[in-house]
Amino acid sequence: MDNSKKITITINDKQYKVDPGQTIMQAADTCGYRIPRLCYHPKLSVEGACRVCIVQVEGMKNFVASCCYPVADGMKIYTNTKEVRQARRDIVELLVDNHPEDCHTCERDGNCELQRLVYAMGIRHRHFTGERKHYEKDLSSTSVIRDPDKCILCGRCVRMCSEIQGVHCLGQAYRGFNTVVMPAYNMPFAESVCSTCGQCINVCPTAAFVEKNHTQELFEKLNDKSLVKVAQFAPSVRAAIGEAFGQPMGRNMEGQLVAALRRLGFDYVFDTQFSADLTIMEEGSELLERLQSGGPLPLITSCSSAWMKYMEQFYPEFIENISTCKSPMSMASSLFKTYWADKMKLDPKKVLSVAVMCCTAKKFEAARPELEVHGLRTTDIVVTTREAAWMIKSAGIDFVNIRPEKFDEPLGLSSGAGTIFGVTGGVMEAAIRTAYELYTGETLVDIEVNDIRGLKGVKEGRITMDGQELHVAVAHGLGNAHQVMEMVREDRHRFQFIEIMGCPGGCIGGGGQPYATANSIPLDEECLKARAQALYDLDRSKTIRRSHDNPDVQRLYREYLGRPLSEKAHELLHTHYKAKTPRGIVSRSLKVV
Amino acid sequence: MNVTPYRIILCDGTACINSGSRKLAAALQEQLAQHGLTDKTTVGLSGCLGMCDKGPILVVNPGYTIYGRVTQDDIPEIVEEHLVHGRPLARLAIQEDHLYNRFFRVFGDAKFFGKQMRITLRNCGIIDPENIDDYLSLRGYEALAKALTDMTPEQVIAEVEKAGLRGRGGAGFPTGRKWKLTAAEKAAPKYIICNADEGDPGAFMDRSAIEGDPHTVVEGMAIGGYAIGAQQGFVYIRAEYPLAIRRIKRAIEDARSAGLLGKNILGSNFSFDIEIRLGAGAFVCGEETALIHSVEGMRGMPRPRPPYPAAVGLYGRPTVINNVETWANIPVIILDGANWFRTVGTETSKGTKVFALAGKVVNTGLIEVPMGTTLREIIYDVGGGIPFGKKIKAAQTGGPSGGCLPEQYLDTPIDYESLARAGSIMGSGGMIVIDEDSCMVDVARFFLEFTQDESCGKCTPCREGTKRMLEILTRITAGKGLPGDIEKLERLGTMIRKASLCGLGQSAPNPVLSTIKNFREEYEEHIHDKKCRAKVCKSLISYEIGEKCIGCGACRRVCPVSAISGAAKTRHTIDQDKCVRCGMCFNTCKFEAIAKG
Repeated sequence: MDNSKKITITINDKQYKVDPGQTIMQAADTCGYRIPRLCYHPKLSVEGACRVCIVQVEGMKNFVASCCYPVADGMKIYTNTKEVRQARRDIVELLVDNHPEDCHTCERDGNCELQRLVYAMGIRHRHFTGERKHYEKDLSSTSVIRDPDKCILCGRCVRMCSEIQGVHCLGQAYRGFNTVVMPAYNMPFAESVCSTCGQCINVCPTAAFVEKNHTQELFEKLNDKSLVKVAQFAPSVRAAIGEAFGQPMGRNMEGQLVAALRRLGFDYVFDTQFSADLTIMEEGSELLERLQSGGPLPLITSCSSAWMKYMEQFYPEFIENISTCKSPMSMASSLFKTYWADKMKLDPKKVLSVAVMCCTAKKFEAARPELEVHGLRTTDIVVTTREAAWMIKSAGIDFVNIRPEKFDEPLGLSSGAGTIFGVTGGVMEAAIRTAYELYTGETLVDIEVNDIRGLKGVKEGRITMDGQELHVAVAHGLGNAHQVMEMVREDRHRFQFIEIMGCPGGCIGGGGQPYATANSIPLDEECLKARAQALYDLDRSKTIRRSHDNPDVQRLYREYLGRPLSEKAHELLHTHYKAKTPRGIVSRSLKVV
Repeated sequence: MNVTPYRIILCDGTACINSGSRKLAAALQEQLAQHGLTDKTTVGLSGCLGMCDKGPILVVNPGYTIYGRVTQDDIPEIVEEHLVHGRPLARLAIQEDHLYNRFFRVFGDAKFFGKQMRITLRNCGIIDPENIDDYLSLRGYEALAKALTDMTPEQVIAEVEKAGLRGRGGAGFPTGRKWKLTAAEKAAPKYIICNADEGDPGAFMDRSAIEGDPHTVVEGMAIGGYAIGAQQGFVYIRAEYPLAIRRIKRAIEDARSAGLLGKNILGSNFSFDIEIRLGAGAFVCGEETALIHSVEGMRGMPRPRPPYPAAVGLYGRPTVINNVETWANIPVIILDGANWFRTVGTETSKGTKVFALAGKVVNTGLIEVPMGTTLREIIYDVGGGIPFGKKIKAAQTGGPSGGCLPEQYLDTPIDYESLARAGSIMGSGGMIVIDEDSCMVDVARFFLEFTQDESCGKCTPCREGTKRMLEILTRITAGKGLPGDIEKLERLGTMIRKASLCGLGQSAPNPVLSTIKNFREEYEEHIHDKKCRAKVCKSLISYEIGEKCIGCGACRRVCPVSAISGAAKTRHTIDQDKCVRCGMCFNTCKFEAIAKG
């Protein structure tokens, strides 16, 4: 900004020139002060609830919450007077006085914003201890556990759920000391409109929301000698898991993860990116078929489990527009228990199929009965990136220094197209790379589709194939998905192909990814960009960058499936969806147009 | 035989209804019929006259004879004596001097009405609140007509600003300035809101005002709408006020039918209408941003300000929110002018203030006094003093957000600044008189229990801090107070006051901090001497049977826990371990043999 338009403020008796139109907190951030904060999150609306960020402003009777008060020229701000320090300390003590004192046994020990704050505020003893709230944990969901005892009512989850995700599942209920965050009607998560995306976990400063933990079950199964243990992991897991081991953001740890999973006890480690390539073959063919037969269009992607549950609840009238493809995880799992088990002459019942995912919703997906093949559940256990990182630590595996290893074959080889599935726009880009060639018979030269890359909430692009122009849209985060779907509702012919990912940034920002570190914030844009870059770099480093060029995929079709959309492919790789109407959602038949 | 055509008014306010006023109507009609007076006599209803402790109230006109505590059995006598023979019934009449003041013509208790000046309540108890013609006959809607025909919106705002009217909801923000700020905003549409979410325990100013004269609120809002350029108003009123809701609804409908609301009011280009929104009884919804959320259909939780509702209010649009009493002042200011209005009140606080007078005072009820009237005048002249010759200990103003002022502050004039200086607030008009039988720690605990319960739960200081303060107060009153507890209360209270998000939290510690300031020794006695001087805190008192006991056994028989023993005609004793300190023995003993200590 033009320097002449800057205003002068004083912080702790020192003058600073800052841009007008910001809050005290934002201005102080530019002056080298990071005023302690808790409920504030730059991506969410300003709540002003926790009062941790209070400062003194000369001439004002009361403290001012710096997150929501605008700076003004000549304003004299004090961030660290004795009075404000004591008040801030007492506020944090009040939070911790109503919080279980079980840090040592808590899921977030060492990774908890409240814990850090208590330390930073210098709370070494308590003045005000008294009654503490107690509620039952909600364990009903396949994916997310809600533990109100640990909730400090910062409201980040509520804002995340409504403002970013547009699900509006969580809200505050009751008043005062009895206030508690819960789904509408205090319904168990499992019966609520929760999409299971897990973004509440990502933004929660404590352990009031955590994923349903499957690590113990997995450890047990890994010790079962009668089972053949097969793992797969999603593209974005490799781009993020290093953060849980103190590695810089965006470091690709693919080889280390393969090696670590073998040391955990897996007999085979395959790549979800392989089945991502397979997804492109199926979905790309589906798109071409629909384009040629006239519909139903737009075709909408189905890889994101949270998006699928959201769609079934809020947009069931578009079920026929949803690709019938299973997600890459479920495609891989289906193959483990059919194609691969046949090949290996194994009893499918003895194959333990485990997925390491960036995602909590994949736990919900894995339990969907409609995904069973020959009466068998295909993905037996899903653990998140966080859970996998913990298991590796717990098993005493030297993740950072381990020698990288390669995936097993034949379900371990992938193209660069499969890699970029993990980032918003990636599925679309991968699909274009293949569909273009299948449609036109020519090779797409410039395969990087920049229009649909980046963190803009809704991206649109146009691709011309043989004179036919495809209008495509990409959305990430369910709130953005809602926007795109409303566009479709208004004009069904506006788009021909839509990619939707349930989480901000796509899978790289999934609800199961490592917690923000002490120097970062949840959903930090720089972090998402770094993870995305890791996947784009991996794509670029590969010689095979188009799914249909993947020789193992070609072999699979040759040996087993025949061709995309064949009967066999439909049996193993496709599924169907149906409308869900949890309480609180008006059935579509009642909808007034 | 008397031939005077009488008009009888039955008070139909909530207090009088509760004391049985509605039973009187049937008895009255029956008696009138018996005496053949039905055609000559009209029976009407009115809103609250303010003499709530003397209800049910019945007024006979002409003559303005006010009868109080009337029962069905009194009706034949009233009809016979007063209506037939023209002899007002001294036995039931509340009557001293005849008074007349500018807005209020009434017979009655001279002291009760003498120091009052009824501006906003000018029609309460006079007109039938469900009859728009009654209101129209007393210059009703003349102010609106004047504003629409003779004044520009800017002139209306200027007049209100010049009048010096300040918000009667408690904070005292200048109404004219609020309107000016909203009028200056470019965004449209704009909205008007009447805050009738009265929530202070024991307060009933807004309820009585709407029950007694709903049209004045409607008229005030319409004038406000004209001034700021709003076409839509909302009355946000508690669902617990069914009678007030019915009357304001009726008033809106009648005004609409009469062309006083709706499109092109009185042939002008100005259109304005009002809708009602019911509150679910959350105290915090009286806070303007929480109220806005509630009107929008969301959870009633406040948000940080700025932006203020004047810029970003209902549905994100510029909005003026004033409370009932503020709106009721508007027609008077427009009709009689700012210059006249400014003659009432003090330098900084103009006009009158309505109070709900309650507690240990002879006349409890609804009063309206000019700003500048002292607490002493209110309590002793209007309120008639403390009953049973007890000593006053404190006056609590401002409800749960206010403070307790001890006797030495009784000459404080009622205005925003003086009350604040003394350590309390004006608030919306609750006034509770506390006598020597009240324990100040217990009083503070009572108010804090209320605010703690009503905290919305959004901000940490209010949600968690008031809970801890209440725990400390509770343990002090239970005789378990610890050295350092007073300091903890002060530390928490000061922090909560300065760090909370909204007015509820910022004022919640006031009853505690003001009682610590003015009655610290009572706190210290509770903590260190385990003594409650008012003998209120049960854990700190004991009952002993003294020498006067004649052994009648009455106390032994009423004791619910069989803690009293003793043979007939011998002195009884109380087992202190069993005693639950209910006080039944104390109240039962006819020989003053039982001592509370």
